[in-house]
Amino acid sequence: MAGLEIPTWDPETALLIGVILFEAFVLYAGYGGLERLVGPYLMDLVVGGDSSAR
Amino acid sequence: MLDSLVGALAGLGVLDTSPEMLALFVGFGLVVGVLFGFFGMGGSFLVTPALLMLDYPAPVAVGSGMAFVFGTAVIATLKHHDLGQVDYKLGVIMITGTTIGIEAGRASVYYLESMGLAGGVISVAYVVLLGGVGAMVTRDALKGDGGGVDHEAADKDLDEYEIPEIAKKIQRTVRIPPMVTLRGDVRVSAWVITAVAFATGVLSGFLGVGGGFIRMPAMIYAIGVPVPVAVGTDLFEIVFSGGLGSYLYGQGGGVNLGIVAPLLFGSALGARVGSAATAVVDSDEIKVYFGGMLLVGAIAVGIGEVGSYLGNSTLELLGLVLVIGAAVVVAFAVLYTTVTSLRVTRQQQTSAAD
Repeated sequence: MAGLEIPTWDPETALLIGVILFEAFVLYAGYGGLERLVGPYLMDLVVGGDSSAR
Repeated sequence: MLDSLVGALAGLGVLDTSPEMLALFVGFGLVVGVLFGFFGMGGSFLVTPALLMLDYPAPVAVGSGMAFVFGTAVIATLKHHDLGQVDYKLGVIMITGTTIGIEAGRASVYYLESMGLAGGVISVAYVVLLGGVGAMVTRDALKGDGGGVDHEAADKDLDEYEIPEIAKKIQRTVRIPPMVTLRGDVRVSAWVITAVAFATGVLSGFLGVGGGFIRMPAMIYAIGVPVPVAVGTDLFEIVFSGGLGSYLYGQGGGVNLGIVAPLLFGSALGARVGSAATAVVDSDEIKVYFGGMLLVGAIAVGIGEVGSYLGNSTLELLGLVLVIGAAVVVAFAVLYTTVTSLRVTRQQQTSAAD
């Protein structure tokens, strides 16, 4: 593997990179949705007090 | 369907990782994510050294580190795209230089690996890198200067941004065609952009880091790109060059999904928390701890390498504990300071309401 290389098509490696890309999209959307859903509740839990104080 | 999914995951190496290691990687990813989200850099500084100390072969440590950077960059680019902070023209020009640089760095890793020197040389490079950047950040923090991403500058309008004097000088002096016009009315030679991209690409390919801590200042001071655009474009560019670098490492068996997937799972959450914390706490207040963490990281990698050279597993373990421990302490300091500040603000608001 030493020496400069021109990338060649390798389905298994493409799948590997595709899985990482897919995971990144899912995490971006998933955590974004989760933040909107449980974010305010978690803030109240961690910071204390009621939401009317905001 | 389920069988084929399990089969595919097994083929990609996910099921080779023990539950304990998966938990460790998720936790470490969470910590690294908090640091990246809060300080705007350091996403991968500690991943490759930690993997080397966990006795992964150098190509796997660097390749998996790079694939982790690729995944992190995808997530961060989506966010910066939403904020309109990506110069796609600059990014596309940089991709070529960075990709060739990454390939040169990757070839060097395999060349050194064939001589049995890769782990040692990469560890020494990390000692120098972590020590150098750590010293720089600590000095800037003690002087009250920034280091890393200046969140205030990153929030400014592009019209308010002033091009640094050195960038103006480079733009006036190096006028080799083709000249390109970038966002913020910056006009610069495409060769300057390519040279910056190549140099930082070599570093990325050799160490498995994103290279943002060098590429961002280089974009700001050598090309004259406004700070917010430098941050967004750097990440956009890493998506492509890091993706290709990961592909090349993956072809040689250098990307282990059993490492990358849990790291990314933890870091994506940590980055959200760290990024939200910047709205509450001024990162300059605790940047000195970040600098200290990098310095401890440099010492830890050095101890681990000496342990490896002497065949002393206690020293290797001590190095690993120091690397992970330093990151955990600083991430905890970020979270603790944020929660404390929020509680004080909440109490003041409650008192005012009464």
